[in-house]
Amino acid sequence: MSFARGLLVAALLALGGAVAHAQLAAPRVSDAAVAGPAFPGKLSEFGFFADGARQRPARGVIPYALKVPLWSDGAEKLRFIYLPEGSQLAADGEGLLQFPVGAAIIKTFAFGEGAARRLIETRVLLHRADGWVALPYRWNEEQTEATLALAGGRLDLVTPAGEAISYAIPNKNQCKTCHSRDGKVIPIGPKARNLSREWLGAMWKAGQLDHVPAGGGSLPDWRTRATGPAEPLARAYLDVNCAHCHQPGGGASNSGLDLRWEQSDPHAIGIMKRPVAAGRGAGGHNFSILPGQPDASILLYRMDSAEPGIAMPELGKASVDTDGVALVRRWIAEMGK
Amino acid sequence: MNRIAFAAALLATAAPLAAETHRIEAGEGAATRLQEALILARPGDVIELGEGRIALTDGLSLDVDGVTLRGAGMDKSVLDFTGQQGAGEGLLVTSDNVTLQGFAIENPKGDGIKSKGADNIIYNAIRVEWTGGPKATNGAYGIYPVESTGVLVTHSRVIGASDAGIYVGQSRDITVRGNQVEFNVAGIEIENSRNALVENNIATRNTGGLLVFDLPGLPVMNGGNVILRGNVVKDNDTPNFAPPGNIVASVRRGTGVLVMANDGVLIENNAFEGNATAHVMVIAYPQPYDDARYNPYARNVIVGPNAFGRGGDDPQLDGKEALLEAFGGALPPVLWDGIVEDGNGLRIAEGVTGWSLNLSKPGQSLAEAQPGPLMLTPLESWQFPAVGAPAELEARLK
Repeated sequence: MSFARGLLVAALLALGGAVAHAQLAAPRVSDAAVAGPAFPGKLSEFGFFADGARQRPARGVIPYALKVPLWSDGAEKLRFIYLPEGSQLAADGEGLLQFPVGAAIIKTFAFGEGAARRLIETRVLLHRADGWVALPYRWNEEQTEATLALAGGRLDLVTPAGEAISYAIPNKNQCKTCHSRDGKVIPIGPKARNLSREWLGAMWKAGQLDHVPAGGGSLPDWRTRATGPAEPLARAYLDVNCAHCHQPGGGASNSGLDLRWEQSDPHAIGIMKRPVAAGRGAGGHNFSILPGQPDASILLYRMDSAEPGIAMPELGKASVDTDGVALVRRWIAEMGK
Repeated sequence: MNRIAFAAALLATAAPLAAETHRIEAGEGAATRLQEALILARPGDVIELGEGRIALTDGLSLDVDGVTLRGAGMDKSVLDFTGQQGAGEGLLVTSDNVTLQGFAIENPKGDGIKSKGADNIIYNAIRVEWTGGPKATNGAYGIYPVESTGVLVTHSRVIGASDAGIYVGQSRDITVRGNQVEFNVAGIEIENSRNALVENNIATRNTGGLLVFDLPGLPVMNGGNVILRGNVVKDNDTPNFAPPGNIVASVRRGTGVLVMANDGVLIENNAFEGNATAHVMVIAYPQPYDDARYNPYARNVIVGPNAFGRGGDDPQLDGKEALLEAFGGALPPVLWDGIVEDGNGLRIAEGVTGWSLNLSKPGQSLAEAQPGPLMLTPLESWQFPAVGAPAELEARLK
């Protein structure tokens, strides 16, 4: 390992003094902060970033992207994982990658482009010996530090679509509302099917993933949403945006709606399914999905609303994802034709 | 040492610590202080709300076992959600052995208090109210325990829910006692649940008073063993204001008790008055469904002795005039659809009168009804299992 690191340092030096200097000066991630029992008050205590404001990761912190991302009012998301020295991920079919204890998942939410980009919050998931812990950190005005926001918070901002919203940073419990199954905190995003085969392959080559599983990278690419086949895209979108609650053991299990990618029962995914506890969220409609009739489908009605008590998802959304709505509308309209 | 570091240090120690009481007074930053206290609480802690009103923009949540959240009284400590901007309910509880007591939730955008997978929970002297009166834009449920074993809801009050005031769903071992529910679509609803005692409540001015439902297509089904006893079910005359599409939107104004599907329901010693459609209605699930696990019949439903006052005199039913004329100006108190699985449908005590639609299968059109007086041989006696919340919950209140 030290031999490999020596090679890396040599390679970096060859790239030029400035880069090498930054990398060598980069702080190491604090394994004690990640795996210890405390809730660090400042994001910098973890040492995830060589340069927080520019979101340049520290050594051992690896960026990744999702084929279909979870939509959060159009926020730009910068995603990273951290693996402790000498550890690796284990693939579990096309599902969630298995993270070793001491690993972390880091996601920063930003709005604005180029020089105008502002970091809003960074959410961390820490894999500790007794399970995952989710913590939200809020960036300061100067963009020099993010501070633990256990109780969450709100701020006014304008989305990329030009809508002025009150953006909600979730509190620690709300993190768990989405990140939970059977009462335990779990990661949502890094499922093998939602990561590119290139990324999985590179991780395997680097010894940081045990194998590239069948089904890795099998979700469609969200960039094809306007013209690609509606069904796989819509099912992938619902899986990524809704299924963490709408599945057995999830936060909305009592609704009976199961929007996971792998669910094949039409009734479970909402087709001709009557509402249970939707209240006014039903919008006067009788079925979650009425094939061929998107405007009579509760699922689309709730996606297309930003009003609390009606809007779905309940958290992390203050405006409507028009691309997602257009896609799901197209899928329901095509149904039964 | 700051508060969070201190809390973190506490979390790090293995030694048991004495339970603490954290007091939250209304005023600057109260919403944040309250949510932080709910997050940092340790099992056994008490979080005490002072008198006054706390305005919230986001839903609160509690995920620590054994915590008590206690106010100065349902009219003194008020959590005001009129300006709520996010979350599906006012307060969400996802941990076990929690006690909620002596505070109010006003005008939440969605449900009032939801507890999910929260075993052995107590709601005592809680008020949930939509202060603008009955409106379709009010939230669905006031007090909403679901997927839980051990539920006690007592001395609470819910006003204005656009679905059910007190709704217990997909749960077991339940007591709902001594509550007052007014101006909701359904006063109290027990849905897809077993072993429930609904006792000594007052359900008035709702669309329907007490509902016992079993619905298809849900993770937990086969509801039953429900006792409705000693309740006052009076003047449930509010026009149905539920958003269409919801099952309760089909409840007729002036319904006292409505049993739909279920296995084992006992209705006894209640006082009924002024329910203009029917004091008691027992029906099969009427809609098409595709679920092999589901039984749509109302089975083993017993209507024992009850005090039936004026009622059935303005039924929200097709053919109302002809029905009223045929029955001499008012329908008898019990309305049954007549749909039986194996001769185990409705049973009545001596002296109970009613009428039947004389339908034969679930989902049959009402147009095929052949209304006639209830022709059932009264039971001389019956046995019914003891039901309700575990004794431990009752003991915790003392």
